[in-house]
Amino acid sequence: MITPELQAMRAGMFAKRNRINMLATGLALSAMAFGLFWLAWILWETIRLGLSGLTFATLTQMTPGPNEDGGLANAIYGSFVMVMLSTFVGTPIGVMAGIYLAEFEPKGWLASVTRFVNDILLSAPSIVIGLFVYAVVVSPMKSFSALAGVIALALIVIPVVIRTTENMLQLVPPGLREAAYALGAPKWKVILSITLKAARTGVITGILLAVARIAGETAPLLFTALSNQFWTSSLNQPMASLPVTIFKFAMSPYENWQKLAWAGVFLITLAVLALNVAARVLTRSKH
Amino acid sequence: MSSTLAHGESPATLTKQEKARAMSTPPTGKSARSGPWADRAFGFLAKGAAIFTLGLLLAILASLTISAWPAISKYGLGFLTSTAWDPVQEEFGGLVMIYGTLATSVIALVIAVPVSFGIALFLTELSPAWLKRPLGTAIELLAAVPSIVYGMWGLLVFGPVLAEYVQTPLQNAFTGVPYLGAFVSGPPVGIGILSAGIILAIMIIPFISAVMRDVFEVTPPMLKESAYGLGATTWEVVSKIVLPFTKTGVIGGIMLGLGRAIGETMAVTFVIGNFNQLDSLSLFQAANSITSALANEFAEAGEGLHQAALMYLGLVLFFITFVILSLSKVLLAQLRKGEGAKS
Repeated sequence: MITPELQAMRAGMFAKRNRINMLATGLALSAMAFGLFWLAWILWETIRLGLSGLTFATLTQMTPGPNEDGGLANAIYGSFVMVMLSTFVGTPIGVMAGIYLAEFEPKGWLASVTRFVNDILLSAPSIVIGLFVYAVVVSPMKSFSALAGVIALALIVIPVVIRTTENMLQLVPPGLREAAYALGAPKWKVILSITLKAARTGVITGILLAVARIAGETAPLLFTALSNQFWTSSLNQPMASLPVTIFKFAMSPYENWQKLAWAGVFLITLAVLALNVAARVLTRSKH
Repeated sequence: MSSTLAHGESPATLTKQEKARAMSTPPTGKSARSGPWADRAFGFLAKGAAIFTLGLLLAILASLTISAWPAISKYGLGFLTSTAWDPVQEEFGGLVMIYGTLATSVIALVIAVPVSFGIALFLTELSPAWLKRPLGTAIELLAAVPSIVYGMWGLLVFGPVLAEYVQTPLQNAFTGVPYLGAFVSGPPVGIGILSAGIILAIMIIPFISAVMRDVFEVTPPMLKESAYGLGATTWEVVSKIVLPFTKTGVIGGIMLGLGRAIGETMAVTFVIGNFNQLDSLSLFQAANSITSALANEFAEAGEGLHQAALMYLGLVLFFITFVILSLSKVLLAQLRKGEGAKS
């Protein structure tokens, strides 16, 4: 029996539940807007202040002293060299370990422990990597060097590449492997020319993401590669890099240094976001 | 008796048995296939790379402990509760930095957790399908922005805004009020614990919301649809079905964000002010964190006790993040194991 009172009570309860729901979804909507707001603000300031400090000289001249004219050429070169070298060092190790996790004993104890450790290393503070490389490379060599910077960055590349390589290899259908084995191919050949090839796009995405990650890393370079006001291509000397130069310039009171720092921030953000977008486009076109 | 045919030997001279054996033998000589040595070498390399990764963690722990040993043996655990930090007198204690690290991370979590929850809710339940991908990507890009960019933006753009529109009004309202007044005191320059916490929050939102979104999506559609079918509202489905089902994963995601916040270096170094003090509880007072102390002092610290003390701080940092990240991993693994098993 539905009396008018019961009806009214139900309508009231329904209205209350609806109000709570409206409130919650409204808050969720504003949380989304909150996140996008910061992204927009940061990108806007980076573009506005970065473009105003960016000139042709920024790309061609050396880092200046206080209140002098100059550019970021040596820092850009240093970043480029160290990022390239560390990618070349870190990628093979990462890919091989990823292969081990996905293709050799994926359920063995070594694989489980390595997977666990790798996830920790993936999120471990990068400054600790800097301390480690200082203790094992800089301290025995008695000098800061680009080589130490390369090693520190390579140690950050490895976990990123391991994670993506393993995930991508697991997506390769087992039938493909079995077909290759059935034709009599040895394991190394199955992995290198069948599974790794099938997972190629994913692995390249992982490498791109790793490059994007280390291109902006500052902390591990602070006490490994240090910085250098001059052009150097020797790996045994301290080498300037874009992030460390930005750090030094941004914290200074000199106006020309701050301007250059903004230009550097603009360049780094542009490069890192472009790499990220490229990685996303690569994985999307695959599916 | 040779089991293979010698070159030029006529098969007709062989017995039936020998003929059968000769037919079943694969063609010999050089071919595209290499012997088992190639397989073994490849497996060895792969295993070596995995062991290398494993060894890396042990090597980090060992080298930090060895480098920090002078400080560990001198101060022991008292290092963690002492506020002294005087490189000239060689007196060191880590409490100021540990407090700074924990305080900024807690502020970051207080802001980031509800916001990330809202974002995950929006992306999984509310957003139209065509907006899901671009909005998700935009939030993920927040994680891709290098921390030095956050730092410089925080110091030169966000700090002044915070000082003018938040700190000054708060100071005007609360000066003289007991307790609350102390929280907002300090010069209005926009650096300190609060601005570091806010910037950390922005930086960890993408990590927490990505994990929350992923675990929300493992909730079986059947459960959600049953609730919707009974007339539940979106909020009721999320709070009474999705959240209880995924709570270990959600906590794991929060832990992951906390681990990130504790280890973040550059953004904090820019805005925290790098000043060793614990006299004032003000959110706007310059302070110091483990990571910013390392970033600022390590390259200049001479070999000896100062460097060892900084290494000790690094070891403490690594230990804290190790424990938090392990917890996060265990919690997330638990969700995956129980996926679909419990309702």
